[in-house]
Amino acid sequence: MDADLIVQILFAAIKTGTPLLFIALGEVICEKTGVLNLGQEGMMLMGAVVGFLAAYSTGNMGFGVIAAMLMGSIMSLIFAVLVLHVGANQVATGLALTIFGTGLSAFVGADYVGKTLQGFQPIAIPVLSDIPYLGRIIFNHDILVYFSFFMTGLLIFVVNKTRLGLTIKAVGENPNAANAIGIKVLKVRYLAVMFGGAMAGISGAYMSLVYTPMWVEGMTSGRGWIALALVVFASWRVGRIMLGAYLFGLASIMHLVLQGLGLSISPNLLAMLPYVATVVVMVIISADHFKEKLLAPRSLGKPFNPRNMA
Amino acid sequence: MKLKSLLVGLGLLAGASIAQAEDPLKVGFVYVGPVGDLGWSYEHDLGRKGLEAHFGDKVETTFVENVEEGADSERVITQLAKAGNDLIFTTSFGFMNPTIKVAKRFPKVTFEHATGYKRSKNVGTYVLRTYEGRYVSGVTAGMMTKTNKIGYIASFPIPEVIRDINTIYMAAKTVNPDVEMKIVWVNTWYDPGKETDAANALMDQGVDILVQHTDSPAPLIAAEKRGMRAFGQASDMSQFAPEAHIFSVRDNWAPYYISIADAVMKGTWKPQDYWGGFKEEILTIESINPNLPADVKAKISETYAAVKSGEIKPFTGPITDNKGNLVVKAGYTLNDVELAQVNWYVEGIEGEIPR
Repeated sequence: MDADLIVQILFAAIKTGTPLLFIALGEVICEKTGVLNLGQEGMMLMGAVVGFLAAYSTGNMGFGVIAAMLMGSIMSLIFAVLVLHVGANQVATGLALTIFGTGLSAFVGADYVGKTLQGFQPIAIPVLSDIPYLGRIIFNHDILVYFSFFMTGLLIFVVNKTRLGLTIKAVGENPNAANAIGIKVLKVRYLAVMFGGAMAGISGAYMSLVYTPMWVEGMTSGRGWIALALVVFASWRVGRIMLGAYLFGLASIMHLVLQGLGLSISPNLLAMLPYVATVVVMVIISADHFKEKLLAPRSLGKPFNPRNMA
Repeated sequence: MKLKSLLVGLGLLAGASIAQAEDPLKVGFVYVGPVGDLGWSYEHDLGRKGLEAHFGDKVETTFVENVEEGADSERVITQLAKAGNDLIFTTSFGFMNPTIKVAKRFPKVTFEHATGYKRSKNVGTYVLRTYEGRYVSGVTAGMMTKTNKIGYIASFPIPEVIRDINTIYMAAKTVNPDVEMKIVWVNTWYDPGKETDAANALMDQGVDILVQHTDSPAPLIAAEKRGMRAFGQASDMSQFAPEAHIFSVRDNWAPYYISIADAVMKGTWKPQDYWGGFKEEILTIESINPNLPADVKAKISETYAAVKSGEIKPFTGPITDNKGNLVVKAGYTLNDVELAQVNWYVEGIEGEIPR
């Protein structure tokens, strides 16, 4: 393997990891407020199809991305109303959202299957893209990849350094206490869920506008589920999510690269790598019995009803 | 009163229309991908439409798309049989065992399975000589590659795919002795994301001509983006890559579907092992890109004619496999039964077939 090939592999790993990064960033914020949304795959597919439709019919890619984010939020709002207001089970509602989104996206996009778009073109960042190796790996992507860098930085800052971050964590750790000091728990959770939806939407748009600029039924092929594993893999830390996303990206392309290099390892075995990695990480994490260290928000998955408080 | 007469009228109408139709032949189709894949399943659906256009209201067709190979397909085929279809086409290799199983339970229904090799009293098979198209693609790729590396995006290690990989290599070799094959197995017929990843992984390793055995135009789009070349698979995919597209090898199913439906109607149908290619015009070459060099264009038509007339038969010995065994004796040409069992790479292809 020469340096050129390694550069190209790492470049591809970032591209492959980007949709995972978007969706996992949304989910981690959502989970930090104590809400587990398993509807990622459904929201992502709806984002992908609506983003494609919007971009295809207006010819404006930016419009497609915005439409996808809106669609993701709308989907997540359905989820939010059901689990936060009605108090429905989060796991069951999330699964329902995925099934709903999968079917609805196939229905909505039926007439657009097989159409293609030009897609976002890569933008080389001046000066930075001239750095040997690193420039070609990191600073030669399309605008959505840069946006994912920006969002990661922003969220690291918000979660760790701001009052808003504290509020989010307080709601997820102990909603009763947060409520007692005057934080509107449900409002925070609503917003977090909708933020998660928007990020799932943009992740879907990345698939249908950049990665393979076309709409195809079920084109996210399980990435929403990988994102859920990623959040655990990162033990709910935003920075680690980025690392994890690229590792997953790398693992999923490595089996194709190795085959091309003529290594005769069963492709089935290689295709399992990302999933094996998830299981291994989960085992390592749960081997640690000090659950506090996991950083899992303590109220994760539990409903909160402010009326019971009074 | 009014309502009543309306209802009576409706009833009469319905009765009349039932009396008029003379029991159309009900034909069901099972597709592995969406009809909008613009590849394999899309062409089968064009075949279905061709069948309808030919027979008009003498046939009634239904289709189920996106059917997963395996247990799910058995359920779908059973449903189609239960729904009263007289003839069912199952159009992917992985539907083979489910088709045989369901056929046993519905002996009055006629089944036709594409690309398989298992037949029974009411199951026939039909196979495309896709390797004829591959031969022309292989010669073209051999002439056009500058890096001497041809990439093959392979789906599943079944005889059809292995046969086609061998054909590409043997054909390319006839015009370019330095040519090398890089093969990536993606284990899917249809996953644009993965097909793109595979195309990029191959191009990263110096491949400049892509051949695909998957059904979406994603590899062509990937080639277009990076200024490489690729072939359209199963249907005319030229629109996806105006620059990169070399030509498309198209599957043209309508004539076969018409002949089978006709045989079932007349009661002359018998299970057979049908093979069709250039000669039967079930396989065609479409949209040769005008941007190809003149000598390549000439070679394409020359090779096409030679394969069509039977002057070139790709699997004619001596052929040695990549482990050194003589698999086809000198002067011998594999027959259809043997073609359906090809499970070796020819000498010169590196690596092993995944099991």
